[in-house]
Amino acid sequence: MSTATYSTDRPPNVSGASLEPQAAVARHPLDTCADDVIKVLRDDGSLDPAHDPKLAPSEVIALYRAMVRVRQLDERLVALQRQGRIGFHIGSLGEEAAVLGSVSATRPQDWVFPCYREFGAALWRGLPLQRYIDNMFGNANDTVKGRQMPDHYTYREGHFGSVSSPIGTQITQAVGFAWAAKLRRDELATLVYFGDGATSSSDFHSALNFAGVFKVPVVFFCRNNGWAISVPTERQTSSNTFACKGVAYGVPAVRVDGNDLFAVVKVARDAIARAARGEGATLIEAMTYRLSGHSTSDDPKAYRPDAWLDPWRRLDPIERLRRHLERTQGWTEAQDREIEVAVDAEVKACIAVSEKVAPPSLDSMFEDVYAEPPWHLVEQREQLKAGPRPKGHGGR
Amino acid sequence: MTVLRYREAVRAAMIEEMERDERVYLVGEEVGHYQGAYKVTEGMLDKFGSRRVIDAPITESGFTGISIGAAMVGLRPIVEYMTWNFSAVAFDQILNNAAKLRQMSGGQLTIPLVLRAPNGSARQVGSQHSHSMEHFYAHIPGLKVLAPAMPADAKGLLKSAIRDDNPVLFMESETLYGVKGEVPDDPDFIVPLGVASIVREGTDVSIIAWSRMVHVALEAAAELEKEGISAEIVDLRSLRPLDEETVVRSVTKTHRAVVAHEGWPYGGVGAEVADRIQRLAFDELDAPVLRATTLDVPMPYNARLEQYVIPQAARIIENVHRVLYKS
Repeated sequence: MSTATYSTDRPPNVSGASLEPQAAVARHPLDTCADDVIKVLRDDGSLDPAHDPKLAPSEVIALYRAMVRVRQLDERLVALQRQGRIGFHIGSLGEEAAVLGSVSATRPQDWVFPCYREFGAALWRGLPLQRYIDNMFGNANDTVKGRQMPDHYTYREGHFGSVSSPIGTQITQAVGFAWAAKLRRDELATLVYFGDGATSSSDFHSALNFAGVFKVPVVFFCRNNGWAISVPTERQTSSNTFACKGVAYGVPAVRVDGNDLFAVVKVARDAIARAARGEGATLIEAMTYRLSGHSTSDDPKAYRPDAWLDPWRRLDPIERLRRHLERTQGWTEAQDREIEVAVDAEVKACIAVSEKVAPPSLDSMFEDVYAEPPWHLVEQREQLKAGPRPKGHGGR
Repeated sequence: MTVLRYREAVRAAMIEEMERDERVYLVGEEVGHYQGAYKVTEGMLDKFGSRRVIDAPITESGFTGISIGAAMVGLRPIVEYMTWNFSAVAFDQILNNAAKLRQMSGGQLTIPLVLRAPNGSARQVGSQHSHSMEHFYAHIPGLKVLAPAMPADAKGLLKSAIRDDNPVLFMESETLYGVKGEVPDDPDFIVPLGVASIVREGTDVSIIAWSRMVHVALEAAAELEKEGISAEIVDLRSLRPLDEETVVRSVTKTHRAVVAHEGWPYGGVGAEVADRIQRLAFDELDAPVLRATTLDVPMPYNARLEQYVIPQAARIIENVHRVLYKS
């Protein structure tokens, strides 16, 4: 990994996103690719009525809880990795509104094609926390049978596709899935997540092109978090925005303040509705910021002074939403404390259980390579079981 | 039985399976209006319409990924690459997604997908268009790889491939498309995967080949017969799964083996076959197993040089002589 720092005396400004309040924007949703960033949540916690998704107070609290839970999980899982109890974690620190706001717009029949930073979306779509923590340990109860790195799960029941490490491959798959569903007259849309870095992948361009040509019911959700590991957005593209890339493919595109839950919900709901009306794909560029390293394998101090994070800490999506709750619902510190204690207890209990679950059986290694077990794998399995066991495996 | 060309047999298999199962569709470059780069898909757009015969934008990684997504929904895509050479652009989707999604998802996702295209050398198409890609793909668990030589096998195996719930890679050959053969008309005729066929019986040496090289081996066997050497030819048809039993049975009879294939020798399928023979029939062998392959260089364009690089009957004969200690 490169550890180069870039000769700039200011924080990367995320592809032209202004941190300053801008004049009221009214052109959303389908008039695409003005440089405007759709915002709803004002600094004082009030909402701009122009694009207010009109969430019920209970919906706002549910999403706030989900965001806080995800952040607490992030902190806990990083600690577990540092303690050597799990091998890896990749989180969404600072991007909680982008992830939860977008997934909350999906309907039960829709499918999510994740990048790797959207465990909040999987949990929102019903992945039990215990199963998610099982995936951290790759144990026998892991939905993917201990085969993948932590955070690389699949949750079919919740219509949540596989997390793949190579960048961008899920984007074409999401298009194919949505397009095939349309051919089968299944009323669904797909929501596919990727980062700003993935817009450089050939899959991004193939996917947008195909989705444009075939009017595919897909929502492309680009989390522009400023960084692809150590590469800042200005080294990723010389376009003014990532959204404008949609214009070339005939895919309407819109930029949204990704740290503004209300704006993300509004834009994502409009995009899903557009897909549902048979009008095809939408590209959403959510302006946010990766406050953590890329993953637990990355130390951002090598390429990013901590001071660069300050403006984004002031735009913290959870803080901003809390100000709204204080203003509108008289939210108190005691209520925050209540969430914190509940999540902490829940997470600790799940970790205690998952850590004790045995590794997947040796037999399971030979399953699912093919739809049916071929003779040579049956032979390998028997040979392995007859031979010496590696240390530390419980057997079976 | 009807006499069909190889390309017609491939087409017949696709048409029959698309009629049998509406989840099957065809996508690729030039497969529709142009009727296929090699006319394999001729008439299919008219027959099935543009919902099921789809001219894809030019991006192999793109339409492979799209087809993987469509397969997850339950469609059964047939992807045609213009040639297997261009599948290199889609290698990540094939290696990291098609082959592994069932395993990585803990069995939650199924990818019933057929990828097909001409493979191997054609005539003077240079180093970037002459690859034998089966060697790369046969290495990968989760994939099945087929390379039939005869029109009937092309039809029967492609039908099996389309009905299979795994990703199956189907290797044709530009130089085989015109080859004629008797092909069963019965829409229920299929050839199972993983079963080799003996295309010529013999007693002195086993020549193991697939795809175009089966025909070259037949040519070599006719020459060898004039010298009084009786060659048996095993057409593997399916490279993964591999029918090692038929190979071992043949070698047990002849005690000598030459593997003949296109593509570079280093670590190829031929090396895998040689390993199986030495491992499973060591005591039956009267000579080391040899391989007649493409030379270990990128394919030259110049016609005369190209003919040296591609394995010809003469190279098979030379290797047969060596295993018979007649050189």
